[in-house]
Amino acid sequence: MSAPNSDYDPVEVTPLHPDEIARMRDEALAAVAAADSVAALKQVRIDHAGDRSPLALANREIGALPPQARKEAGQRVGQARGAVTQALAARTAEVESAELERALEAEKVDVTLPTDGRRPGARHPVTTISEHVADIFVAMGWEVAEGPEVEAEWLNFDALNLGPDHPARTMQDTFWVSPEQAATVLRTHTSPVQARTMLTRKPPIYVVCPGRVFRTDELDATHSPVFHQVEGLAIDEGLSMAHLKGTLDHFAQAIYGDGMTTRFRPSYFPFTEPSAEMDLLCYVCHNEPADVASCRTCKGEGWVEWGGCGVVNPRVLTACGVDPERYSGFAFGIGLDRTITGRYDIADLRDLFDGDVRFTEPFGVEL
Amino acid sequence: MRVPVSWLRDHVELPADLSAEALADRLTAFDLKLEEIVSSGVSGPLVVGRVLALVKEPQKNGKTINWCRVDVGERNDPSVPDAPGDDVPSRGIVCGAHNFVEGDLVVVSLPGTVLPEVGFEISARKTYGHVSDGMICSTAELGLSADAFPGSEDGIIVLPADAAAPGADAIALLGLDQVVLDLEVNPDRAYALSMRGVARDAGIALGVAFHDPADVDAVEVATDGPGAYPVVVDDPAACPVFAALTVEGIDPTATTPAWMARRIELAGMRSISLAVDVTNYVMLELGFPIHGYDRALLRGPLRVRRATEGEQLTTLDGTVRTLTAEDAVVCDDRGPVGLGGVMGGEEVEMSATTTDVVIEVAYWDPPMIARTARLQKVSSEAGKRNERGVDPTLPARVARRVADLLVEHGGGTLLPGLTLIGEPPVLGAVTLDAGLPARITGVDIDTPTAVAALEANGCTVEVAGDRLTVQPPPWRPDLTDPYDIVEEVLRVVGYDQVPSILPTAPAGRGLTRAQQLRRRAGRVLAGDGLVEVKTFPFAGPADLDRLGLPADDPRRDLVLLANPLSTEEPGLTTTLLTGLLRAAELNVGRGHTDAAIVELARVFRPAERPEAPIYGVDRRPTVDELAALDAALPEQPHHVALVMTGRRELADWSGPGRAATWADALEIVRHLATELHVTLEVEAASVAPWHPGRCAAMLLDGTVVGHAGELHPKVVEAYGLPPRAVAAEVDLDALIAASPPVGPRPEFSTFPVAKEDLALVVADDVPAARVAEAIATADPIIESVRLFDVYTGDQVAEGHRSLAFALRLRAPDRTLTEDDIRTAREAAVAAAGARCGAQLR
Repeated sequence: MSAPNSDYDPVEVTPLHPDEIARMRDEALAAVAAADSVAALKQVRIDHAGDRSPLALANREIGALPPQARKEAGQRVGQARGAVTQALAARTAEVESAELERALEAEKVDVTLPTDGRRPGARHPVTTISEHVADIFVAMGWEVAEGPEVEAEWLNFDALNLGPDHPARTMQDTFWVSPEQAATVLRTHTSPVQARTMLTRKPPIYVVCPGRVFRTDELDATHSPVFHQVEGLAIDEGLSMAHLKGTLDHFAQAIYGDGMTTRFRPSYFPFTEPSAEMDLLCYVCHNEPADVASCRTCKGEGWVEWGGCGVVNPRVLTACGVDPERYSGFAFGIGLDRTITGRYDIADLRDLFDGDVRFTEPFGVEL
Repeated sequence: MRVPVSWLRDHVELPADLSAEALADRLTAFDLKLEEIVSSGVSGPLVVGRVLALVKEPQKNGKTINWCRVDVGERNDPSVPDAPGDDVPSRGIVCGAHNFVEGDLVVVSLPGTVLPEVGFEISARKTYGHVSDGMICSTAELGLSADAFPGSEDGIIVLPADAAAPGADAIALLGLDQVVLDLEVNPDRAYALSMRGVARDAGIALGVAFHDPADVDAVEVATDGPGAYPVVVDDPAACPVFAALTVEGIDPTATTPAWMARRIELAGMRSISLAVDVTNYVMLELGFPIHGYDRALLRGPLRVRRATEGEQLTTLDGTVRTLTAEDAVVCDDRGPVGLGGVMGGEEVEMSATTTDVVIEVAYWDPPMIARTARLQKVSSEAGKRNERGVDPTLPARVARRVADLLVEHGGGTLLPGLTLIGEPPVLGAVTLDAGLPARITGVDIDTPTAVAALEANGCTVEVAGDRLTVQPPPWRPDLTDPYDIVEEVLRVVGYDQVPSILPTAPAGRGLTRAQQLRRRAGRVLAGDGLVEVKTFPFAGPADLDRLGLPADDPRRDLVLLANPLSTEEPGLTTTLLTGLLRAAELNVGRGHTDAAIVELARVFRPAERPEAPIYGVDRRPTVDELAALDAALPEQPHHVALVMTGRRELADWSGPGRAATWADALEIVRHLATELHVTLEVEAASVAPWHPGRCAAMLLDGTVVGHAGELHPKVVEAYGLPPRAVAAEVDLDALIAASPPVGPRPEFSTFPVAKEDLALVVADDVPAARVAEAIATADPIIESVRLFDVYTGDQVAEGHRSLAFALRLRAPDRTLTEDDIRTAREAAVAAAGARCGAQLR
């Protein structure tokens, strides 16, 4: 309730005069507009919208008016106060936003500062290519088979039609576990895994066998005593060399892209008959007449050597318990290290095995 | 097999315009793969010259040179006033060799000649005060063997006086225009280790006529007569056929005709003497090894038998060989004079004084030869052919061919009488389904096509209904199985005819769980900043010494190799750290001191194991037999090991970086285990190559599966690594085996959490993990315990430390009361006190 009005006029109460209210409102709006900080706005709110602000005081006078005048005065004061409140809210939002912008501007950093204090890891390309190859075959329903690296002589040689006096045995420079009578070797190929698979599974068999293998080659730019292969084996009813070719063509396309193909040249492996060397269409020049002559990858051949393959020798099937009258199959093998050196133009095989992190790092976590 | 194309042309009617490349392509498609085309590369005016005059001029450098006037026929300059002797048309040439005199015929490379062995094009140049207008050549400069030019070893080539006229082209004269195909002959194609065999295949491959050199010399020699040297074959299984002829009265000074010597050299062998050269020449021509004995050195009849165990023989390579009962020997009265089919004996070797030769042409059992070659570690041209299997019908004809050449070029007499013992074994016929070639190759091959292909290869084929019966020719002992016949047919039809059909495999199950988890391990480790390397698994005592492994450490027990590449690394490693620390050493040595490397590979743990059995191959081994194979193998678990040197986080604008510490090594292993859903316990351990006070054993259900921590300072020093390098090694197979097939069920309460801190004082030697474990298990509402401070100092008694733990308390079924919290706190303090001697601080 307001105090008794000394300046009592039953009709005219000065603070409620329309002009007076308009003036108070305009003063308030001017003050709002002039405020340029959250702190200044706080003061403006106290001065022009607080309990002791002119408009608030004017509002208290309404009760002194005769009842018929109160409504109009009330509306007038209410509108003025509403306008001030609205202006305050709008101005506050404006000022706060400007202040945030200034604060953010002040917090600006140099985002080009180095943030690579912790180096990323990487996986060896032979690991990742081996997984990539496995994935290609798994996508066709094949499975991945594995076996030991120190292997029984019988599985590494005899079961694969490499009898003790077979001349091909001397082609393979084998690490023998001491003493030699122990009849164990460092596997010279991943083929014993094929034998193990046939010995433990029933056809149809479709497996790939990636792995580390060993031969007594001194390490140099193109030879290593330790290297990596992936072999494939399919045993089923009615398989022929045509299925081998189809599989290899698909494999070549999955790794090197559309349009890739393979070709066969006759060769000899004791565990396959007929046997073939497979060449891959050069993945750099594609044997295109315009490019092939100057191609460094295939040295102008248009094809690069890719591996060996053939129809599984029935003698191997017999030794591994597969009925050669009912089943036939094919097998192939490629060198993973050479796939890497060829594909990435790496001149020295030793780079793969000396452990320099700068070799592995660019390959990242997946190829 | 090095095949001079000109020699091949003697036996097969190759088109005159056929290039060496085109021929090689066809042979490659026929399983005689081209390794390289060899040619001398010599071009330009290489001519015959006659030395007209020479003066010897001593030089200040102590050498004496010859200043020569050389007649090079139509290439002479009209006048060379400066050169010695009369100024007739000629050239002036300086030569440093002294093995020639005026009037000799020499080989002159005139300016413009390219000699690959010399490395530059010859030009006229001023030397020793004269303009030398070319060069008089040595064998080495032409890439020739000195053997073919006696006396040329320490000088230039002096040609025979009747070799050619001055000015004649020496490239053709010396055979430097010859092109040689170096072919890779697979072990199943013994026949192709001869001109006869390659020519036959070339004939089939190119569809041109082949003339069998073995047919040309079809011979009739009576089996009795003075030339039939007495021979007894005690072991016909070892030596099924033995033929011998005798040539008497050879002129020991007779030399090998130049064409023959050149062909032998082009084929990659050395010209030695007429008698030896003839035997080698005929071996190259017909593929059948021959042995010649100096008859004057033989004592009594020849006898073929198995060696007695321990018997000794000096072979003509000068090696004293201790023989076994596996080896066959040719003996005379004194004992072995030759290692049958592999190498002759030194005592009866033909020499420069040999006049009478006994020519032995014997067919030996191929597996026996292979065994002897392997056991005696001898590789010879004879052994290489005999172990693969030569044509057993040839011996008499081969002997006659040798005798004829000896007579022709050595002036000897072939004595009547042929020794011929035994019958050539007959190869078995192969019967197959006529549809097999098409079925196996996927190529539409009909019976007439198959029969024609086989007949071209010398087979005879009988067709009876849908069966083919194939009789292989005697030079094809490799054709034993139906599939061999299929390959032979496909070789003629063409491997390029095989169509491409993608087979449909049955639905697979994808990777096994172990395969998936090994991949996951690789990715997790890379995600932790480790770079994967691949090292060799070879190691030796020196590596283990560097690791500081004590003498009784089980990791010192290596699987040893019988034939390691290096005596320093005779075995297979038991720890990946041998290779990994060497890789760390390499990185640091190359300036990469902040390196974090990891390897995932197998290690090898030896144990007393039985010998691996060798089974037959005519059937599948039984389950027990297969188990016996595996029982003979060492354990080969996959391990993971890592080494970190220098900083884990690099120094930069934000701070000094952070060194990799023992804690990083543990954290990475723990993270790996977590990703495999396995929880590792940690205990203090003292194990090489780690720091004895900073090594953790990682345990799985009480079993140690790995270690992690800081490396021992001596190991760090031994590998030249930055101080305080860290490492870890863990048995990945053990982690994977423990990885549950289904992950843990998530359990969590939605009631409010209460937080309590607890500072406990314990003796220094009490592991923090023990205290944490005591607290964690003290009351079921203790949800987690985390050590957040370790304090030692004034306020804690000497020999003690204060451990501050943050506890989170929560019940699954209610909001905790003050009482619940107090009870849990008291239980935690009590448990830590009882189990670890901890006092509330």
